[in-house]
Amino acid sequence: MSQNALATPEAPFQEPKRPARKFTFTWRTLLLAVGALILLLSFTRAVTGAADLTSTGAITASIALAVPIGLAGLGGLWAERAGVVNIGLEGMMIMGTWSGAWGALYFDNPWAGVVAGAIGGALGGLLHAIATVTFGVDHIISGVAINILGLGVTQFLSKVTFAEMKGGGDSQSPPVPKPEVVSVPWDRLGDQDPLRALEAKQWFLLSDVAGILRGLTTNVSLLTILAILLVPLSYYVLWRTAFGLRLRSCGESPVAAESLGVNVYLHKYVAVVVSGALAGLGGAFLAQVAASAYREGQTGGRGFIGLAAMIFGNWRPGGLAGGALLFGYTDGLQLRGSGAAVHALLLVVAILLAAVAVHQLVRQGRARTALITGVAAVVVFVVFALTDSIPPEFTSVTPHITTLLVLSLAAQRLRPPAANGVIYRRGQGG
Amino acid sequence: MSAKESTFADRLLGRVSPAGLLSLVAPVTAIVFAALVTMVILALTGAPPLDTLVVMGEYAVRPRSIVLTLNSATTYYLSALAVAIGFKMNLFNIGVDGQYRLAALTAAAVGGAVALPAPLHVALIIFVAVLVGAGWAAIAGLLKVRRGVSEVISTIMLNAIATALGSWLLNKERLAVEVGGSNNIGTKPIPPSGQVPGLAIVSGTQTKVFGLILLSIAMGVLFHIVINRTRFGFDLRATGRSESAAVASGVNVKRMILVSMVLSGAVAGLVGMPQLLGASHSYSLDFPTGLGFTGIAIALLGRNHPVGIAFGALLWAFLDTSAGILQIKKISPDIVTIMQGVIVLSVIIAYELVHRYQIAAEQRRVSRQLASTAPAEEGTPA
Repeated sequence: MSQNALATPEAPFQEPKRPARKFTFTWRTLLLAVGALILLLSFTRAVTGAADLTSTGAITASIALAVPIGLAGLGGLWAERAGVVNIGLEGMMIMGTWSGAWGALYFDNPWAGVVAGAIGGALGGLLHAIATVTFGVDHIISGVAINILGLGVTQFLSKVTFAEMKGGGDSQSPPVPKPEVVSVPWDRLGDQDPLRALEAKQWFLLSDVAGILRGLTTNVSLLTILAILLVPLSYYVLWRTAFGLRLRSCGESPVAAESLGVNVYLHKYVAVVVSGALAGLGGAFLAQVAASAYREGQTGGRGFIGLAAMIFGNWRPGGLAGGALLFGYTDGLQLRGSGAAVHALLLVVAILLAAVAVHQLVRQGRARTALITGVAAVVVFVVFALTDSIPPEFTSVTPHITTLLVLSLAAQRLRPPAANGVIYRRGQGG
Repeated sequence: MSAKESTFADRLLGRVSPAGLLSLVAPVTAIVFAALVTMVILALTGAPPLDTLVVMGEYAVRPRSIVLTLNSATTYYLSALAVAIGFKMNLFNIGVDGQYRLAALTAAAVGGAVALPAPLHVALIIFVAVLVGAGWAAIAGLLKVRRGVSEVISTIMLNAIATALGSWLLNKERLAVEVGGSNNIGTKPIPPSGQVPGLAIVSGTQTKVFGLILLSIAMGVLFHIVINRTRFGFDLRATGRSESAAVASGVNVKRMILVSMVLSGAVAGLVGMPQLLGASHSYSLDFPTGLGFTGIAIALLGRNHPVGIAFGALLWAFLDTSAGILQIKKISPDIVTIMQGVIVLSVIIAYELVHRYQIAAEQRRVSRQLASTAPAEEGTPA
């Protein structure tokens, strides 16, 4: 995970106990990482024959599953960067599923649904902000209460509204109008879609790139594109504007921010409301794009997985998007019923672990750590060699197990906002 | 026993000082507020607000409803106690939900697989449940103590992992068998020797109260004794109030975290027992879920006090039961969930406001005293 960050030409034994280096994001490292990943995936596909690893269908499914996780994670990022822990993301997301579906049906316009979903989530965020910022209630407690309330309100409203609509029921809405989808017209290049033909050939690397490219550019919902754009937008607003600096200062040291004249309450309010809106947008995406109707229990804990993606991404938008993609990808492979592909991922993990072990030994000179990582790589490989499928139940918990591993093994490298979850009252700095 | 009761009552009476009355204001305000919100929602959806609440109340005091309320409250009480142990030292055990489900599943499987004389059989099932609940919670405890992982995040993740593990175990290839006459699957039914008979303490109905209501009450008393009458309980509360002060007085905080997490998980393991041993006798797909989150809400309502939690559990169960009549009246029973959510959110806000009021009143009192004793000095900083 830290390979890219450490790819600097420094002498390895100079400072063995150097603190975690700052991750420097450059296009070069990003492109290298993506290239290496594709190479690794196509190697694994060639070895195991699990074509779904890089197939168009799997990539499409992964994107559809990654977007709501990413939106929830962005929601968590906004709130936590301002120092408010938002466990209520799940409840806000649930509210987004209902209001998204209802808005789209009521106005008979998918984009009205998108706006309504964001508003529904934002209302949950507003409630969280009132409780935590104005009244100083513990953030976790308020979040738990909002999760209970969000579920109750949503189930009640769906019974009141959807049950009377044609084709709807107590726990399900009628089919919802979907936002438009767009595709890159590859088939204009030749008489048939050349990418599809290439993908079918199963050539090493070429077919994989074709599959991934086709998956990324075929039948993409406009809402997906909007959601993806929200990641750089969040980065820009939070890290490149004065407003964002003030907002983050509220999460690092509200007292210091106050002493500099920042209206801490206002910034926290904005952050938490935006957080709710993003989670609600994720809910609307679930109802309008990932599925074609509101269903009870549709979120399935994705608000919490969003939180997991945020932690995985070290409270940074880019890392968060990576986490969402990873979790969406494993989910997507599972959803395609491709047990072989999920099983093949074990080989990917084993190779990655082995690479990390070599890196730790050669570049960092941490023999003991490298040994542990190496043993882990061997264990994963043995599991891969001895079994031929992973029970589907366990694939669904990849995000949760990954989060526990990241938190327990890489906690020193994580840097959450310093005043995250700390209750602040105006004027407490004296 | 009488001596213990009198001290318990004394304590209770001691709490009903002006400050205590003030803390009663919070829940009452919250309940009234929640009722108002519910009435507004009912009115907006075209149902008669006041009549509906009256009908709900009337339905909930029927003998059968009372039994149902007591039964639900038995379970809720255990769940809230499990949460409260953690809360007492500022630990958020969000994972009660996963702990009790995993515990009930394994306990049901063990109970269905063996045949023992009655008391031993029940004891074994409960022992397994406690062990599994404690073990699952210990993961979160260890992660916090050894690796500094926030228990909030780890227990949320462990809940999801417990769900996955549970659905993997509850498979016909492993622990599950088909439940007769439906497409439900569950663990092998526990034979009569492992069941706890109900108590017919409410007259006018065939439905019996869970026998394990006695376990619930016993756990409440035990909770009170351990928290307020033992050194461990003192350390627990001290750590919860101020970790640095506890360290200074020689408390091993890491050990306390681990032990209280394990205890919380052990009690969480009991949560599924009244239902399992008293009614369903098997863990199937329709075993109640989400009790852990209800427990968090009730622990908050009852301010982590064993008596307060009892009232909270009864109130929650009462609301749940009263929803039974709504379906017939063609009103969505989810209105009760909304009411419960509003109660929780407003009760925590109300407690916070009362707390602030008390602090402000205290500060005023102190500054008045200081002003009268030393008039030359300037006002104390607030």
